Amino acid sequence: MMWGSLVALIKRDVALARGQGGALGAALGFILAVIVLIPLAVGPEQALLSRLAPGIIWLSLLLSVLLTAERIFQQDYEDGSLDVMMMARVPFEMITLTKAIAHWLTVSLPLSVIAPPLGFLLNINVLQLPMLWASMIMGSLALSLLASIGGAVTAGLRRGGLLVSLLILPLYVPILIFGISISVAPERSIAAFTLLGALTLVSAVVAPWASAAALRAYLR
Amino acid sequence: MVQPLRLMAENLACDRGGRRVFNNINFTLNAGEMMELRGINGSGKSSLLRLIAGLNAPSFGRVFLGNGTDDLTLGQHAMYVGHTDANKSLLTVRQNLDFWSKFMGGNASDEALDTFNLSALSDYPVLLLSAGQKRRLALARLVLARRPLWLLDEPTVGLDQQSFQKLQVSIISYLGTGGMIIAATHSELGVAPVQRLQLGMAE
Repeated sequence: MMWGSLVALIKRDVALARGQGGALGAALGFILAVIVLIPLAVGPEQALLSRLAPGIIWLSLLLSVLLTAERIFQQDYEDGSLDVMMMARVPFEMITLTKAIAHWLTVSLPLSVIAPPLGFLLNINVLQLPMLWASMIMGSLALSLLASIGGAVTAGLRRGGLLVSLLILPLYVPILIFGISISVAPERSIAAFTLLGALTLVSAVVAPWASAAALRAYLR
Repeated sequence: MVQPLRLMAENLACDRGGRRVFNNINFTLNAGEMMELRGINGSGKSSLLRLIAGLNAPSFGRVFLGNGTDDLTLGQHAMYVGHTDANKSLLTVRQNLDFWSKFMGGNASDEALDTFNLSALSDYPVLLLSAGQKRRLALARLVLARRPLWLLDEPTVGLDQQSFQKLQVSIISYLGTGGMIIAATHSELGVAPVQRLQLGMAE
């Protein structure tokens, strides 16, 4: 029964994201804007752009996921769905984990699949592309999990975006560091992959618990 | 023989924002009984319902279920319809009910649609419903899955005469099957309550 509830929740969130389209579209627009504007800002020197490309793509993914974080729980908080979910016969931590996974499926995962090829606008080295893809897809799950903490803490706030950034950005730093070292330093990639995987697992344990605690405090 | 359920509150008190909302609430509600909560605005009717639902913690005292399932909390025994409808405006009436039904491990939505006269509206997005229709959709959640306790916060707001009667019918049949109801209300529900609890008499 528990799995049935969680699968139903993922399906509903995916259907809602498809219907609204807001979060993914805005985030994608943000990434595109950054990547298109960087050459205008730093000059069209091809060698420089090619060196900057992986870092800029990673950074824009990270910031765009952050932009969407405050929406993860906001609607469910405002329309009372969270009340009903808290009374369900499913641990509330599993529900927050499921919400984070739904965010990953609807926002972070599509972004990390679409973003790397945009690197061609920055003259990215084609050989870096597969590793960039792998590192971003793997790191994106941790990004969504951590974003859910920020979303939970600011669920009841209007304009909570700035607070989310301040809270979550420090947690994103290690993901950025290991993610980028996978794509630019292949000789160290196995170590970085392992560490990125470890970070994802740690977030999967900590984030649902932290989000559930924050939301419980809100509903009081 | 399964023992019938019984909801008990002992010396319940609740603080909101540093203010004592109610104090020393005691009641016992048996299976098949209904209790009406009365009181002026701000007397703590909603707070008491949320407290029983487990969404809120009492400042003092306790509320518990006698003969309930041990590994479920009181809130997990209850169905709560508050001021918010908990439905998504982009999804259709049926999609919303289907989701809650699967989420709560309940039965098919058709019976719930029927009970609250929503069948004709089932393919409309909730966005297009009137306030009373949205209320009926929220109430329809009650019959999606069997829970021994209903917590209703002003369930009749926005309902027309016909829907009001539909609600009365489902309340009566639920009580008949041994359900318990606590309803906060300002108007007569038209179903003789077994108990009435007046809040806001503390000061």
